[in-house]
Amino acid sequence: MSAEKACALVKELHRNQGTLPPYNNDLVNEVTKEITQLIQENRNDAQESERSRGSDLLEGVSYISTIRVRHAAIQRNLRCLLAYHYNRVRSLRTMRWEFGSILPADIKANLSTAETNWFSKYSSILAKYMRSVGEDGGVNLAVDLHPPKALYIEVQCLVDYGRYELSDGSVLLLKKNSRHFLPRVECEELIRQGVFQHIVI
Amino acid sequence: MSLQSYTPNYFSIDDILASQERCPCKFIVDIPKLGRLNPSAESNDLKAGTTLELPMWLAEHLSAGRHPIIAVELPRIYKEAYREILKADACAVDLHKLGLYFYEHGLYVKQFDARGDVSKILLETFQVRFRQLMDLANNIGSDPAVQDRLDSLERKLFKEGHAARTRLNTWLTDSGTPIEAAAMVINHKKRKRVDVEDII
Repeated sequence: MSAEKACALVKELHRNQGTLPPYNNDLVNEVTKEITQLIQENRNDAQESERSRGSDLLEGVSYISTIRVRHAAIQRNLRCLLAYHYNRVRSLRTMRWEFGSILPADIKANLSTAETNWFSKYSSILAKYMRSVGEDGGVNLAVDLHPPKALYIEVQCLVDYGRYELSDGSVLLLKKNSRHFLPRVECEELIRQGVFQHIVI
Repeated sequence: MSLQSYTPNYFSIDDILASQERCPCKFIVDIPKLGRLNPSAESNDLKAGTTLELPMWLAEHLSAGRHPIIAVELPRIYKEAYREILKADACAVDLHKLGLYFYEHGLYVKQFDARGDVSKILLETFQVRFRQLMDLANNIGSDPAVQDRLDSLERKLFKEGHAARTRLNTWLTDSGTPIEAAAMVINHKKRKRVDVEDII
């Protein structure tokens, strides 16, 4: 009645800022059920007041205040539900920019089907846009977030990444703790994804 | 996430949580069928004259319009006695204890205070405490316990201020900005469970 379940959904997001908690299907269903139930009760009471007004003015009970309370609860539930989904998609969008087009498996497991679809659609729209701007082959908007100062930078590998092919065709073996001196363009994305660490002397 | 506008928008998580804070309300009219709002009563209907603690979103909705259903009273922490304490020395008060959303809840409450004392005390409290907050954000490494006494708005300001100060410091000492891993990626790594095979 007082939208506690819906508020619990929002609280869950508040607790997990910066990450995406598993999609809470059960609670979402319960809130939806509560909304439908409230709407049904309101409709019944509205019809009853309407009937009693028609028959006898003095006998009828006015349910207007009851309906107002319930209506407020419906609106509140809706707001929480919408905010839950909206904020999840927002953080999903940030993830597209920070993790790249492929999400880590444990994050993927937390998404609902609709969210997975949304993510792949957003990814493809973004890729299409990036291909369309600029000349030959488009621009990768996810790199060069700061103006570069040098063409080559020194990086340290933080994980065992395996083979990595540079755009000139040479293949590197990226092992944990190995150091490399690479063109900035080649490694910026990997730094953003936490594979490399940029070493500033 | 940090770029969310402060003005309460429809989807704002903070605003939703702030409007969940409760305040005492007195019912002016009978409300049939909603006895379950009052957990201590057994009757089916809610009688006029009952006082209940209702969440702010409900109180705001029901007290508005030409036929208000309830009369909203000031919550304890915005009453005269607490206002006196805040007036005496706002910096000494543990706002976190008074309510997680002292300012935001106060902004809702002030519409029920005809004399305007609440809005005055909100402004004064913020003005007095803001100096302390600036100090705290600028002096990195100060006592972490002080942070616990901030309400959530102040805490947000503190975090932003602190991050800005750190950025300025790194820019002043070494002018080259290293490329860093994205915030969510770092967070994700920290929370990752340790793989057992890695240890063995």
